[in-house]
Amino acid sequence: MAENKTLLTKEITKGIIKENPTLVMLLGMCPTLAVTTQAANGIGMGLATTFVLLGSNIVISALRKVIPDKVRIPAFIVVIASFVTLIGFLLEGFVPSLYDSLGIYLTLITVNCIIFGRAEMFASKNGVVASACDAIGMGIGFTLALFLMGSVREIIGAGQWLGFRIPVISEQPMLLFIMPAGGFFTLGVIIALVNKLSNKKPPQELSCSGCPNAEKCRKAGDCQ
Amino acid sequence: MLVILLSAMLTDNFVLSKFMGICPFLGVSKKLDSAAGMGIAVTFVMICATLVTYPIHHGILVPNHLEYFDTVVFILIIALFVQLVENILKKCVPSLYSSLGVYLPLITTNCAVLGVTVLNIDNGYSFGQSIVNALGAGLGFMLALVIFSGVRKKLEYADIPETFKGVPATLIAASIVSVSFMGFSGLFN
Repeated sequence: MAENKTLLTKEITKGIIKENPTLVMLLGMCPTLAVTTQAANGIGMGLATTFVLLGSNIVISALRKVIPDKVRIPAFIVVIASFVTLIGFLLEGFVPSLYDSLGIYLTLITVNCIIFGRAEMFASKNGVVASACDAIGMGIGFTLALFLMGSVREIIGAGQWLGFRIPVISEQPMLLFIMPAGGFFTLGVIIALVNKLSNKKPPQELSCSGCPNAEKCRKAGDCQ
Repeated sequence: MLVILLSAMLTDNFVLSKFMGICPFLGVSKKLDSAAGMGIAVTFVMICATLVTYPIHHGILVPNHLEYFDTVVFILIIALFVQLVENILKKCVPSLYSSLGVYLPLITTNCAVLGVTVLNIDNGYSFGQSIVNALGAGLGFMLALVIFSGVRKKLEYADIPETFKGVPATLIAASIVSVSFMGFSGLFN
């Protein structure tokens, strides 16, 4: 039992640092760049994604013996899209301001590589409890990465943090950072920092391991 | 119409200002011909997906008050459609298939395609406007990919600090390309 517990804790913690989906595995770049103009939006997006990830991982791992291998991708898509519709309703009803600021990116959680990748790589091969832990860990890792991105961009680009004005910077905020270009720049620098701190060889290419299309990509010769 | 086309292409470029389709943007932009091939395939699928999803949304979902099924229905249609196009091309136009075929499966999970179909509905575009928007978005995607493949070629020969090699440098280069696209902002109002 004790062994089981440490195993589950490992499933949770691996997503936060060692296999952080955004900063280490480089999955789910679109929402990472798009919604992180404010730290609060980053948290909101992170939590919404965690919810979808948790729901889809549980359902997919519960159905993993029922779903035939050939139609698994459409089946996964339907499960994920249903949870996205659900979280859309919940946010619209309870947190309309967040619903408005996330906008179309909420719908686009459906095609977030993290969710698809975890369904394909983990949930379709492991039990329900382990998949739920995996989802929680990955979700927290994603949320933290988004929060970090959002904080950097909000502090430098708008001179405030979670709504609090920051003296000195708010006099002359660097608007560029909350613009699209700043998003690319911030993410690039953060990934470089993570590489430096973790002291490992930086990933030469986008990791395609989590992508359901990895095999086809490799055939096209564009993904290693 | 022209305003929609140009703004979808330049000012609201899908990749560089809306961040949709970042994965292929970073993954398939290493060579010029694959960037162009991917761009053409995406444009093609975007237009076809719009042609199909628009009538379904307005003809079936709205009259039955089922708008909230948009996401589920659209993504399934796109997935089916990509498969269909792949099979048709394989049978009927093998030469086109051999050049575009490899990119088609990648498009299913490309958020730009789902994004353009959902945006058309959200913005309340008419059928014609939707198609023009899809065309503009696709061309904009291709433009970004092709430009960026040129930038990356130069990047390969650059002497970059060890920590920044690979993805970080690519992202920072993307940021600079994005700055250049900011020059188009305010072009149409």
